[in-house]
Amino acid sequence: MPAVDDAKSNRAFAGKRRTAASSLAIHVVLLCVSLLFLFPLAWMISTSLKPLDQTMRMPPEWLPDPIQWKNYVEAVHYIPFFTYARNTLIIAVLGTLGTVLSSAIVAYGFSRVEWKGRNTAFIVLLATMMVPFPVTMVPMYAVFRLLHWIGTYRPLWVPAWFGASAFNVFLLRQFFLTIPRDLSDAACIDGCSEVGIFWRVVAPLSRPALAVIALFHFLYCWNDFLGPLIYLINQDTFTLALGLQFYQSRQGGTPWNLLMAASTLVVTPIIALFFFTQRTFIQGITMSGLKG
Amino acid sequence: MTNRERRNLRTGLLFILPWILGFAMFIAYPLGASVYFSLCDYSVLKPPVYVGSANYEELATDPVFWQSMGNTFFFAAIFLPLATALAIALALLLNTGVRGMTIYRTIFFLPSLTPMVALGILWMWMLNGEYGVVNHALNYLLRPFGVEAPTWLQSTTWAKPAIVLMSLWGVGYAVVIYLAALQDVPVQLYEAADLDGARWSSKIWHITLPLLSPAIFFNVVMGLITALQIFALPYVLTNGAGGPGRSTTFYTMYLYNCAFRYLRMGYACAMAWILFLIILGLTLIIHRASRRHVFYAGG
Repeated sequence: MPAVDDAKSNRAFAGKRRTAASSLAIHVVLLCVSLLFLFPLAWMISTSLKPLDQTMRMPPEWLPDPIQWKNYVEAVHYIPFFTYARNTLIIAVLGTLGTVLSSAIVAYGFSRVEWKGRNTAFIVLLATMMVPFPVTMVPMYAVFRLLHWIGTYRPLWVPAWFGASAFNVFLLRQFFLTIPRDLSDAACIDGCSEVGIFWRVVAPLSRPALAVIALFHFLYCWNDFLGPLIYLINQDTFTLALGLQFYQSRQGGTPWNLLMAASTLVVTPIIALFFFTQRTFIQGITMSGLKG
Repeated sequence: MTNRERRNLRTGLLFILPWILGFAMFIAYPLGASVYFSLCDYSVLKPPVYVGSANYEELATDPVFWQSMGNTFFFAAIFLPLATALAIALALLLNTGVRGMTIYRTIFFLPSLTPMVALGILWMWMLNGEYGVVNHALNYLLRPFGVEAPTWLQSTTWAKPAIVLMSLWGVGYAVVIYLAALQDVPVQLYEAADLDGARWSSKIWHITLPLLSPAIFFNVVMGLITALQIFALPYVLTNGAGGPGRSTTFYTMYLYNCAFRYLRMGYACAMAWILFLIILGLTLIIHRASRRHVFYAGG
């Protein structure tokens, strides 16, 4: 009997030790990968605080010495940061408002109202997701040129007001479908119109989904490069992304510390936004990835 | 049609009216116009002149076109498998119930938030031939073997792998999707497998991957579509030139240059349609292949 007991405890012990060892191994791997993923961001910040001559020292020095905060003061002038930030915000805010409003209204029509031909129209909507941007790029440019919109922000935010993102409409429709029909019926009996039901019942219940769409569109506007590159002409109308590229390419003998400071300034708001809205973010990605 | 049906139709159409207008202005018209422009000599400054299939014929013998296509496929063929494998591996590690999972997930995800322009500039600095920190580290490791680190963006051989490397840094987005899919896998399946004495490798192969296959399918299709349209990163790295040589002239970059640098809008439209057909074709092929291999739990 003791032999059996021994064997048993041994096995239990071995099992425990294996999980401890394997969980240690997993942590080691994850930590190494984490370092690799974080290093570029850390290097960006470190470089952004170095005096110029220190950035060109070999072997590289890990930490700035002395820490030169004035790089940031110089960077916001070197790249007219506040002008570009304002331009980006104008496009992002107008576009986000439009996207949320129009996608919600359209998604409502595709989910809460029964009408003949709805499914056919919805398939057309889904099919538009397949069209790559380069296909419509040239004719859109031609249209905006006729409207004298080239060089203005309009080509960058007006389309958002017309449910232009089929993906957002799709996402919201899926969400609206999960809201119980009874709520609409109850509101209907109370004399609420269809618009009233949308505005007072469905929209408030869909806040998390609306937040996801707003967040993603804002991020898209902040990061978009091709759109501003095509439509914006004057330097003082540039967005952050376009402006950063413009200054980087224009300078010979790039002062890397200033460029890194400017890049940090462009990245930081997005990362801050992420930390404040982490749950919405993760939810949104999951929603878009699984139900697509 | 009853009164009620008619009223519903009117309400429904009113709600989707913004989309109908948007569809007409930003999808239907541009699609039609783009087909027509692709058959025209069109500089946007003057009205288009019909030239038949001349643009397509010229593309067939345009070496830059073929090279840009080759570059793009090269990038996608290396990047997609690596990104998929890396993302799944990281998601599997995160799904082991390891402590601090959300912290690791946040760390992996952060780089994918970086705007392409900032990402490009940052990596130009890191891969800099003279003062780059990457080559400093690589040389430290490689010199004892008598090997020099590549000059990355200055080298026709290494520029594309450098772009693959930068793109892999943004793999965190897919990790989050895979991880969410993994968390949906019912625990009972693993418990049953444990009772049968299954090893971890066979659990991954016979339970995890099949249940993950819809997410893999989705990510591969979306990844392919984005990879074939890679633009911002190489544009920033080379200021639109696609050098050195033409080693980083990718398809959409050449298309953009044709349209907005050389003002050959018709030629660019022809390129865009070829890209569209390629994407459609590849998506169909993946879809076909997936029918056999993708497993949808509960239909």
